[in-house]
Amino acid sequence: MTVVETRNPGLGSARGRIWRSLLKSPLGLTGGIMLAIVVALGLLAPLIAPYGPAEVHFDAPFQQPGTVGYILGTDDLGRDIFSRMLFGIRVSLQVGILSVLLAVVVGTPLGLLAGYWRGLDGVISRLTDVTLAFPFLIIAVGLSAISGPSLTNAAIALGIAQIPTMIRVVRGETLRIKETDFVLGAKTMDASGLRIIFSHVLPNAVSAIIVQATVIMPVAVIGEALLSFLGLGIQPPTPSLGIMLSDAQQYISRAPTAAIFPGLAIVLICLGFNLFGDALRDALDPTNSSRK
Amino acid sequence: MLNYLVTRLWQSVVTLILASMVVFLGVRQLPGDPALAMAGEEATPERVEAIREQLGLNESLVTQYLKFVGNMLRGDFGQSTRTGAQVTDLVAATLPVTLWLSAYAIVVAVVVGVLLGIIAERFRGRWPEWMANALALIGLSVPNFWLGILAILYLAVAFGLFPASGYVPITQDPIQGFYHLTLPAIILGTSLAAVIMRQTRASMIETMKTDFVRTARAKGLSRQRVLVRYGLRNSLIVVVTIIGLQLGGLISGAVVTERIFALPGFGKLTLDAVFTRDYPVIQAVVLLITVGYILINLAVDILYSVINPRIRVGGKS
Repeated sequence: MTVVETRNPGLGSARGRIWRSLLKSPLGLTGGIMLAIVVALGLLAPLIAPYGPAEVHFDAPFQQPGTVGYILGTDDLGRDIFSRMLFGIRVSLQVGILSVLLAVVVGTPLGLLAGYWRGLDGVISRLTDVTLAFPFLIIAVGLSAISGPSLTNAAIALGIAQIPTMIRVVRGETLRIKETDFVLGAKTMDASGLRIIFSHVLPNAVSAIIVQATVIMPVAVIGEALLSFLGLGIQPPTPSLGIMLSDAQQYISRAPTAAIFPGLAIVLICLGFNLFGDALRDALDPTNSSRK
Repeated sequence: MLNYLVTRLWQSVVTLILASMVVFLGVRQLPGDPALAMAGEEATPERVEAIREQLGLNESLVTQYLKFVGNMLRGDFGQSTRTGAQVTDLVAATLPVTLWLSAYAIVVAVVVGVLLGIIAERFRGRWPEWMANALALIGLSVPNFWLGILAILYLAVAFGLFPASGYVPITQDPIQGFYHLTLPAIILGTSLAAVIMRQTRASMIETMKTDFVRTARAKGLSRQRVLVRYGLRNSLIVVVTIIGLQLGGLISGAVVTERIFALPGFGKLTLDAVFTRDYPVIQAVVLLITVGYILINLAVDILYSVINPRIRVGGKS
């Protein structure tokens, strides 16, 4: 029983401290607000968007931003850029979340095992090395060569590419936590390895995993846009910010805004996650709290 | 030192073997029968079978794998199914473009990143640090292909400062060659510069807090001198590590940068091969990038142990 008590000394107050610290950081707050806006836009896309993402208006191509009915203008086929952007954000977030989930679900257990049992460390490290040997674009190239480019394949490629870093982060945390007094205490009470991992190591590694997830998210969002831009990711007619950019590049001098808005949306998502993630890391790291 | 090198070398060999197996098995997963594709649609079953025999597709997987490795080691990557050209020739024609582009981008990123990092440390808490931090954050959050499109739109098309596309071999005309690569290199280097800046700043701040810096300052060395002599040297280790870690991103970035600026590089070869299902080229490209990536990482690690003697002993953990 003592073990349970030492595990989370004053968790409630720690949580409160983290929130206070997050709210106090102006950049973190800005990032949080950006994220809230972006997530709301993505979730509510079908409700907010004035048109369907693939709805063409042949009578109204290349409308300027601010035209009545088309806030951000239209593209070469008269598709409403604002509507396409909303659905594009939705797709970006979907791919981002899928790849983060993949990295967390696969990376966390492997990281825990590698950190806890030295015997497994070698095997898992070799696996990590092999995965790291393939840049994400190459994984995506391979997957789309095998089963065709798609949203799922893009998310899988991006997720696989992030698994090694996730393993390393969790492994590092496990190595650190393994040496703490409460784990040594649990060991003396004959707790099994798996029990220690799940009830002591994992709960204490969660904050590092969350921080890493906020690092992966913008990488995955940019990655999805990049793959779709190259034609290796989302396939039309599904809208994607990357596809919008690739389309817009073809008539860039005629309608520069068609390239500017989707890019801004990507920046908004990534800046939001980067700012929020930085603030979260500072808030979760006790050694940083005295910095300000 | 020798121990470390041997361990590291051995690990790379294992990784290489495993990676080649992944590529080999991956290629076998590709849809379509290569013998059927080679024989054409009107071929008789006997003809297809003959080609199958000739390609060695009837042999066991192990024999096929060993043959595959043997061919790769001899530099025989087969022929492109699309153009019939030797894959080796295609690689030789496109690889220099990408290598020049990447090297140029790394130089730009290191110079800009380290400079901004030093500025951020030197002016802590004042506006130059704020500016440098903001630049780094933008560099991390702005996708470089978007930046590339904007750069073409505003720097190349509107103001004519740089050519919007095109490639001149550097060995043929160095001035025009570098001029044409400048904008792509800057675009490719931005996110790397951002990461280098952040890490340089962090490592400088750490170094300036250490005892040996305090001693050096107490001895009467100026802050500037200490910064260059100790801070910079330590941040060099960080820069080397970062380049190793960011290499994958750099390769992906190079592919998309080549696409935007219409450079005839390795990235274009890769994408063309994927879209035309040119399997021999895909196989060669994937394998070469992977091998190159493993070897460069090995080189980075060795370099790293030369700069930082503490790493040498004991290997990883």
